[in-house]
Amino acid sequence: MSEILTPEEIIKKGTLVFKKTKLMTDANLSYCPGCGHGVAHRITMEVLEEMGIAEQTIGIAPVGCSVLAYDFMNIDMQQAAHGRAPAVATGIKRVFPDKYVFTYQGDGDLAAIGTNETIHACNRGENIVIIFINNGIYGMTGGQMAPTTLAGMKSSTSPYGRDLAMTGHPIKITEMVAMLPGVCYATRQAVHKPALVRKAKKAIQKAFENQRDKKGTSIVEIVSNCNSGWKMTPVDSNVWLEENMLPVFPLGDIKG
Amino acid sequence: MEEVKLMKGNEAIAEASIREGVDAYFGYPITPQSEVIEYLMLEEPYKRTGMAVLQAESEIAAINMVYGAAACGKKAMTSSSSPGISLKQEGLSYIAGSELPCVVVNVVRGGPGLGTIQPSQADYFQTVKGGGHGDYRLIVLAPASVQEMSDFVEDGFNLAFKYRNPVMILSDGLIGQMMEKVKLKAQKPRLTENEIRERYGDWATLGNKSENRKIITSLELKPERQEKHNDKLQAKYREVEKNEVRYEKINCENADYLLVAYGSSARICQKTIQLGKEKGLNIGLIRPITLWPFPSKAIYEAADKVKGILAVELSAGQMVEDVRLAVNGKVKVEHFGRYGGMIHSPDEVLSALEQKIIGG
Ligand SMILES: Cc1ncc(C[n+]2csc(CCOP(=O)(O)OP(=O)(O)O)c2C)c(N)n1
Ligand code: SF4
Ligand SMILES: [Mg+2]
Repeated sequence: MSEILTPEEIIKKGTLVFKKTKLMTDANLSYCPGCGHGVAHRITMEVLEEMGIAEQTIGIAPVGCSVLAYDFMNIDMQQAAHGRAPAVATGIKRVFPDKYVFTYQGDGDLAAIGTNETIHACNRGENIVIIFINNGIYGMTGGQMAPTTLAGMKSSTSPYGRDLAMTGHPIKITEMVAMLPGVCYATRQAVHKPALVRKAKKAIQKAFENQRDKKGTSIVEIVSNCNSGWKMTPVDSNVWLEENMLPVFPLGDIKG
Repeated sequence: MEEVKLMKGNEAIAEASIREGVDAYFGYPITPQSEVIEYLMLEEPYKRTGMAVLQAESEIAAINMVYGAAACGKKAMTSSSSPGISLKQEGLSYIAGSELPCVVVNVVRGGPGLGTIQPSQADYFQTVKGGGHGDYRLIVLAPASVQEMSDFVEDGFNLAFKYRNPVMILSDGLIGQMMEKVKLKAQKPRLTENEIRERYGDWATLGNKSENRKIITSLELKPERQEKHNDKLQAKYREVEKNEVRYEKINCENADYLLVAYGSSARICQKTIQLGKEKGLNIGLIRPITLWPFPSKAIYEAADKVKGILAVELSAGQMVEDVRLAVNGKVKVEHFGRYGGMIHSPDEVLSALEQKIIGG
């Protein structure tokens, strides 16, 4: 029988391969098992830890499944009204230009109710980081159609599939804001595979480096799953994401 | 250095905000208050004191910018007029729920809808009774002169930080647009980050170590805890009611009839008192300066000594409800007011008093 080691013994043996960042609290994540939000939280916090900027950073939680991000991200946080995080970030940044400020927002928050705040914060080139979780649905309120919901995709408010003639097309807001001179970096990433997680983390790091160098707005879109809202197992949802979301929302840098 | 100047009410608010050491103003143009942001942009306070001024993309964005800055312990401010203030209601509810200090100015115009750009006092309900969702209160100051437009900026921030609560300066197009002599206060320095840490470091998000981190939120998913949070807010509101009622009594000694009016209507009623004297009528005036907390006790006590009360406001009758609640049926209380942007004259107020109270 193989011996069972305590964490301390594992560390002593030099076999530690992964350690949870101290910038994630020990609170149980409120996310459904298999959801991409948790990974996106972790890599954001790892970047802050590795850059050594956590104590100068103020994060903004949205309204959406990640409304409780402040319970998990172990730094100073503000909770913003639905869609208003970029305006809240602007308020902070204008009184503390040298602090690091980021918003963490879902697609309904950022690309529907908060479109105005998103576009104008980007247009002013607010020196902030926007982390944008695109899961093509309103997760928190029980799976309604989002502005990013795919054509024909079922949700509780598009029960027969999204009808483009009636509701318009999945919005590519990252491409839209990439056109604005105030945006220095716009990229689309994903976190459903280890290699992609590493890439997404690099993108987030670049975004915070841009803020350090006062380059303007950086937006990192993360195409993510919502296994509950999509009514799939986590594994199936990741396959579905790959086959259906990525052709519409292709990964890679859009600007910068 | 103190200075005496001839200024519009809106300009006085703007200049007073610089002198108060305000850290940030966020606004969006709307008549009759656009002079506030225009004055600030012309004056470039970022050069005078380092105060940030930004024209936001909407009133919604502006109030949420105030939220972000106020959550950092900074003195943040916005101003607008009625339709724009309607858009700020969600933000005000969040600010009240998260217990953040800020000052918001409403230079009221006639409504409903797009209404008119002329003066009005028809936003009393929205301001004093809630406006946004949930059980919350704004501390409401009602200036009746350009001097008070200036003075209430300082008073407003003092109250806002004392109670960690949003303060509304409820003005109107008349007070905002008229020019008067105003004594401006000496420049206060803006607080440094260290001073903010000393004073407000126990709640403000200034960037902290994890062990000492701060969270600004109005969310409490468990109803038992949300009820507790509401209990705390209510206890605070009772304190405000106890300590902060302000009003002015004019000619109330030996008055037979009482007018209750705030802001621009109170100015008009002062002339009505004179006109009454010429006719041998002894009329008094109670001018609420804080609309919440309302000077109910003063009005209740005054009701014992008069034959009737006329509530005068530029609306179809809003504050009159609070006057009636205060008087509790002891004497007759009636309402008079022009609305929709029209302004009653002192004569009209006197006629209304004669018809509705003296004759009625
Ligand atoms: C003003 C307002 N409108 C509506 C809601 C209800 N609401 C809460 S979350 C949400 C959608 C969130 O979807 P998204 O931003 O995509 O985040 P997700 O949950 O998918 O991560 C809505 C409509 C609200 N809280 N406030
Ligand atoms: S509802 Fe969807 S987005 Fe929300 S936690 Fe569950 S899987 Fe994630
Ligand atoms: Mg979503």
